[in-house]
Formats: sequence, C-alpha cells, structure tokens
Amino acid sequence: MSVTADVTTLQSFFGEKVWETLEFRGEHTVRVELASLHALLKKCRDDLGYELILDISSIDHFGEDPRFEMVYEIATLDDSKHLRVKAKVAEDESVPSITDIWLGADWHEREVWDMMGIPFTGHPNMKRILMWEGYPFFPLRKDFPLAGRPSDMPDVAFTGVAPLEGGPFVTCAGGEDVARREPRAQVVK
Amino acid sequence: MVSSSPNTLHTAYDSKIEGNVIVTRVDAAINWMRKNSLWPMPMGLACCAIELMATASSRFDISRFGMEVMRFSPRQADVLIVSGTVTYKMALAVKRVWDQMPEPKWCIAMGACASSGGMYRSYAVLQGIDKLIPVDVYISGCPPRPEALIEGLMKLQTKIESEHSTLDQKRSLIEEVV
Repeated sequence: MSVTADVTTLQSFFGEKVWETLEFRGEHTVRVELASLHALLKKCRDDLGYELILDISSIDHFGEDPRFEMVYEIATLDDSKHLRVKAKVAEDESVPSITDIWLGADWHEREVWDMMGIPFTGHPNMKRILMWEGYPFFPLRKDFPLAGRPSDMPDVAFTGVAPLEGGPFVTCAGGEDVARREPRAQVVK
Repeated sequence: MVSSSPNTLHTAYDSKIEGNVIVTRVDAAINWMRKNSLWPMPMGLACCAIELMATASSRFDISRFGMEVMRFSPRQADVLIVSGTVTYKMALAVKRVWDQMPEPKWCIAMGACASSGGMYRSYAVLQGIDKLIPVDVYISGCPPRPEALIEGLMKLQTKIESEHSTLDQKRSLIEEVV
C-alpha cells in the first residue's frame, strides 16, 4: 500500500477526527485531534506497517489557541513510506505518551517536555533530558528570550544572560534590504 | 668547568666543586623547574579537544616543552586546559576539577568558546570560563591550531618565569612570626 492509500484508510477509519490531510512535494501529513492521536498512531504501527518512529518534535504557535502542536515523523523500516502526524495541544492539556507503541519515543518525548514544556501522560520516566531537574524555564518556547534568563540552583547549576548586542546572528527585522536587515553583511558594489 | 689552574690561592674552596656551582635565587630556580615540567589537565569539552589531542601527539609533540604528562586526575596536574564550549550544565563540574588541583596552578582558556562563549550566545552556554575560575592565558581561534596552543603554553611559561614563587610566601611567614 502506498502512503496515499494509508491516508485514505486513516480518513475512513477515523472520520471527522482527522481534521486535514496534506500532500506537499510527496510528503504526506495527517492532522488529527488530540483525543484520537494515540489510537491513530497505534493503527499506523499495527495495521499499516509504520514500524519506525523517526522523530517527535513540537511547535509553539505563540498567540494562537491552542498554543502548541505535536509533530510525529513515522516510517516503515525499509523507508518506502513516510508519514507525518500532527496534533494541536492547548496549554493546559497533556499528550498521551506513545512509548507503549514505539519504545524509541521515550527520549523524544522527554526532550519535548524539557524544551517546550508539554507534559505527557503514561510515560515511564517523565523527567528533563538536557537541562537539569529544577531548571525553571522551557527554553524553546517563543516567550523565552534568545539571550536566556538568570537562574540558580545551588551546587547543581546556574544560568546567566548572554549579551546579544554585537554578537552573531543578530539581525534587524523589517529592514528594507539585506544589508539593512543584517548589519554585519558586506555590501559588494 | 673544572678549574685548571694548578696554584689556587683560596684553598678554602674545593676547586673541583667550585666550577660546578651555579649561583641563583630560589625563586628563579623554582620557576625554572615549574615551567619546564607543566603537567596539563585536559578539560576536553568540544572540538578544541581534538586539536589538544593533536598537540600532544607526535606531529606537534609538546613533550619538547616538558608538557607531555597529561594527567586525568586534577590532583596531579599543574595547568587546566579548558578546551571547548562550557555549558551551564558542565560549568560547576569544571569548577570542581579546578578546586581539586593543588597550588600552584594555572588555567588556559583554549578557543573562542572557553574564552567568551564564542558563537554560542544562548541560554545554555557560559559566556567564558573566566566567569568561574581565573584564566592565565586566552587562546583565540575556533578551534585554534596546535601551533597556537603551543604558543599559549609558551606564553604561560614566560608568565611563570616572572612569578614570585617563594618571595610572597616568605613575606607572609615573616609577618606571621613578627
């Protein structure tokens, strides 16, 4: 079965719960409501042959409601099929863990919790993976400044604010042309 | 040089020893010993550590300067070479290694990241190891070539030469006694 056939199968099986299907340059995306996310992924694994979880990531649509969005990249072992599954998550909601479907989801979900602060239910070891336990912020959220925020946990770790002025990657948004947007760019005449 | 003169006037000295005696200050002698036997503690945290390894290997060979004895225990090391990006998660571990090194000790910040945070202006990276421990020599580069590290180590040798290894200790001893 091709991915297109799989998407049709999912649509007929879940009906209204599949909000939208997209195809862009051969990549297929299925957007599903959060309540049916776990069931849909389980069907992908058990009936459609998607044996591999490639990646789990999350998006912060800051200012929108629901705020967050989960993104799952799944594939078959021979890499013949690749499917992307998305589900919106509100700030007070938690996502069902899929570690019971793919064991490899464990660390990906911990990373999503650590960086974006989306909680998971049913995860066997729900703790931070990169930052230390007790770090008070979620650094990949849109309202977290690039420069960082000060924090201090005695005898564990501390953080400070990094000066961004004059540093690399500092651009002026909304400039007329590239030279104005990127002050460090060399203008060749 | 043994004196060859047969009729030595001052018989109080054994002429055979006399020519083999070097007169110097204790400070200078101790500094000379210290600078020619610097035992580095490698603190390899990122790509700079690869250059550090190359520096210790046969092509560049810092044993020419008496620094080949890389000690992986801070208690046996003289100079801490912080080579790489110091994240906040690692920062206190680096400090702990530094605290365990016995005096006298020196620190080299190798490369842009260890010196200033480098290109990592972010929530995760300490903006220079000198915010935590005193640094004697900064080496620029991303990463610096082994020649640059050798240059930095030679700069450190020059610095050690001009230090007061015992003078300050004596002064404090006199103050204590008096």
